[in-house]
Amino acid sequence: MSIRPAIGGENEMKAKIHVTLKQGVLDPQGKAVENALSALGFGGVSGVRQGKYIELELGETDPEKAQSQVEEMCRKLLANTVIEDYAIDIAEG
Amino acid sequence: MKASVIVFPGSNCDRDVQVALGQSLRRQPDMVWHGEAEIPETDLIVVPGGFSYGDYLRSGAMAAQSPVMRDVVVKAKKGVPVLGICNGFQVLTECGLLPGALMRNAGLKFVCKDVHLSVEETESVFTGGYEKGQVIRIPIAHHDGNYYADDETLDRLEGDGLVAFSYCASDGGPADGSRNGANPNGSARDIAGILSDTRTVLGMMPHPERLSDPALGGNDGRVLFDHLVAALG
Repeated sequence: MSIRPAIGGENEMKAKIHVTLKQGVLDPQGKAVENALSALGFGGVSGVRQGKYIELELGETDPEKAQSQVEEMCRKLLANTVIEDYAIDIAEG
Repeated sequence: MKASVIVFPGSNCDRDVQVALGQSLRRQPDMVWHGEAEIPETDLIVVPGGFSYGDYLRSGAMAAQSPVMRDVVVKAKKGVPVLGICNGFQVLTECGLLPGALMRNAGLKFVCKDVHLSVEETESVFTGGYEKGQVIRIPIAHHDGNYYADDETLDRLEGDGLVAFSYCASDGGPADGSRNGANPNGSARDIAGILSDTRTVLGMMPHPERLSDPALGGNDGRVLFDHLVAALG
């Protein structure tokens, strides 16, 4: 939780980002987790895909600006768009 | 000729490269710290293996954003040859100098062993010392060496002669995916190393610097460094 006072009465933003391997890109770790789940007796589990979850707080108070800022972060660093997709959820922090 | 070796926090093959390249050069390459914004004038840049920045986020992702890499990209675009070995290959894909990405090994294990490579392309300052189709033995040591690119990129790399090395059986036969164990990491089309469109950037997962002295068990890697020195003067 931010202790900085919100500017103009608006709240700062929090971004929740999921980075996952693109469909079609093999995910050997996901496959290993799937096999381990079956070995534990969890039947009928399929399509396990492993990814990353990143959350961050933004000084930005405008949701649209926050969204575009985080998209740029994903393209430049947080995801490797050759192999990964990303999904961004912006909420008031 | 002047050569530079980039050193990141977590690099661990920088000294091996310094020694292997130094014996071909007959002088010491410059060691350039990751925080430097500019590399002193150089005829060759080597991005060595290791675990730069602890492999945080993705192998090579943080190193690709370091100040020194901005200058590596600038110099590479001016035509200065750049060799990326292992983690160096990962860094070069992360900063866009080479296409594709290096993913977790298909077998999920860190693999450290000698492998056989077929030299696919000899038209470059890196590979000109080998014969086309020559089988060489070079060690690998990585967890994320599974080369991935989309089919279009793979077709282009193969069509344009930009695959420098591919994993093969000891008799030079195709590795044929992972089935006979000759492809150690599941790399697409058995790719072990690729060249940029200009052929002035090479990224490879195997470590030529680790077999550059008969006392260490072989000399197949030295050919690469000797030829670089011969070609770049």
